[in-house]
Amino acid sequence: MPFLIVLGIIALVVIYVVVQYNGLVRVRNRIENGWAQIDVQLKRRHDLIPNLVETVKGYAAHERATLEAVITARNSAMSAHGEAGKAQAENALTGTLKSLFALGEAYPDLKANQNFLQLQEELTGTEDKIAYSRQYYNDEVRAYNTKIQSFPSNILAKQFKFAQREYFQTDDADRGPVSVKF
Amino acid sequence: MFDAVASNRRRSIALIGSFVLVVLLASWAFNTVVGGGPLGLVLGLAFTGVTSVLAYWKSDAVALAMSHAHPADPTEYARLHNLVEGLCIASGVPKPRLYVIEDDAPNAFATGRDPKHAAIAVTTGLLAKMTRVELEAVLAHELSHVKNRDILVSTLAVTMVGIVAVMSDWAMRFLWWGGPRHRNDRSDNNNNGAAQLMAVLGIVLLVVTPIVAKLMQFAVSRRRESLADLTAVTMTRYPPGLISALEKLRDDQTVVHSGSRATAHLWIESPIPRYPSEERPGNERKLSRLNRMFDTHPPIEDRIAALREL
Repeated sequence: MPFLIVLGIIALVVIYVVVQYNGLVRVRNRIENGWAQIDVQLKRRHDLIPNLVETVKGYAAHERATLEAVITARNSAMSAHGEAGKAQAENALTGTLKSLFALGEAYPDLKANQNFLQLQEELTGTEDKIAYSRQYYNDEVRAYNTKIQSFPSNILAKQFKFAQREYFQTDDADRGPVSVKF
Repeated sequence: MFDAVASNRRRSIALIGSFVLVVLLASWAFNTVVGGGPLGLVLGLAFTGVTSVLAYWKSDAVALAMSHAHPADPTEYARLHNLVEGLCIASGVPKPRLYVIEDDAPNAFATGRDPKHAAIAVTTGLLAKMTRVELEAVLAHELSHVKNRDILVSTLAVTMVGIVAVMSDWAMRFLWWGGPRHRNDRSDNNNNGAAQLMAVLGIVLLVVTPIVAKLMQFAVSRRRESLADLTAVTMTRYPPGLISALEKLRDDQTVVHSGSRATAHLWIESPIPRYPSEERPGNERKLSRLNRMFDTHPPIEDRIAALREL
C-alpha cells in the first residue's frame, strides 16, 4: 500500500511537470509568433517607404532634409538587430515619418494626390498594426515572465532554461508631453 | 472571458433545444387536430431536424442576405480591412470576412458560427460618418462579439425566431382573414373543420410566440452589449474612441432600411426606431412602446456612462 501511495505521488509530480512545461512552451511560442507578427508589419513599412518618398519628391523635392532623414532612419531600422535595438531604430523611423506626413499639410497638391493618400492610409494602417502586434507581444511577454518568476514554476523554468524576455518598449520621447510649435 | 464563452455555448444549446421543442409542439397540435397518426409527428421531427442543421450552418448567410450585405472589396475599402487586420492582431482572432451594406444609417453587426467562420458587416453610412478612431472602436466592438462567441447564439436566433415568427404570422392570417371568410363562402363541414384547425393552430402559436420572443431576449441578453464594449476597449486601449462613436450613433436619426425584428439584436445600435417623432402617425407610437418593452439593447446613455467610469 505505501508503495502505491509513493507511486501515485510520483505520477502526480510527473504530470504536474509535464503540464507546466507544456504551458511554458505554449506561451513562449506565442511570444515568438507575436514577434514574427511585429516583424511582418515592420517589413511592410520598410517596403512602403521608398514609394512614399518618391511620391513626396515629385511635389516637395527641396524638402531634402526631411526626405533623407526618413531614408536614413529606414536603412538603419532594416539593419538593426535584437529586440531592444530594433525597437529603438523603429521608434526613430516613426518620428521621421511623422514629419514627412506633416509635409502633406504644407503642400495642398501633395495632399490631394491619390497615390499619396493611398500610401498614407497603408502606412497608418501598418503603424496601427505595429502598435497592436506590440501590444499583443508585450501582453504575452508579461504572462510569460510572470510565469517563470513565480513559484513553483520558476524551478522548472530554471531547470529547462526558459529565459526572461524583453518588452518591446516605445520611445521615451513618445511618452513625453506633446510640444506644439506655430 | 472564458465565462462568456461557456455561457454562450450553454445559451446556444438552450436555444436549439427550445426551438426544437416549439416546432415539435406546433406539429403535435396540428397532428391532434387532424388526427393523422404518427406520420405527422415524423414529418414535424424531420422539419425541425433539417431547419436546425441549416440554421447552424447557414444562419450567417441568412443574416447577411436579409441585410443586403455584399463583400467589401479590399482596395476600395482599404481602411476597413486595415483596421480589422490590426484589431485581429491585437486580439489573436482570425480575420473575419468583411461586408458592406449600402445604407446611410451608421450601424454594424457581426455574425457567424465561430471565430473561424465569422463575418462583420458595416453600413456605408458608418464608413462615411465615423472618424478613423471611432470606426476602429465600432469594429473592435463587433470583433469582441466574435471573440466572446456571442455570434453563434444571436445568429441562430435570427433564423429560429424568424421561422417561428413566420409560422405564427401565417396562423394569425388564417385566424383573422382566412377562417371567417371560408366559413361565409362555403358552409360545408369539411371546410369548417379546416378553419377550426387553423384557429387552434393559430391560438397555439399565438401563445407560443411571446414565449419565444422572451427566449430570444434571454439568448441575446443586454449585458452582452456592455461586455462587448468592455472587450473592445481592452483591444483598442482607448475608451474615448468608443464613447464618441456611441455618441454619434445616438445623435444620428437615420435608421437602417433592412433592419427587421429578426435581426435587430445583431446590430451595434438597435435598428428599430425607439422614440416616436412628431411626423409619425399614432399607431406608430404604440408600436414604439412595444419595441421598448422588447428592447434588445441597453440604452446607449448607460453604455456611454459605463465607459466614462473607466
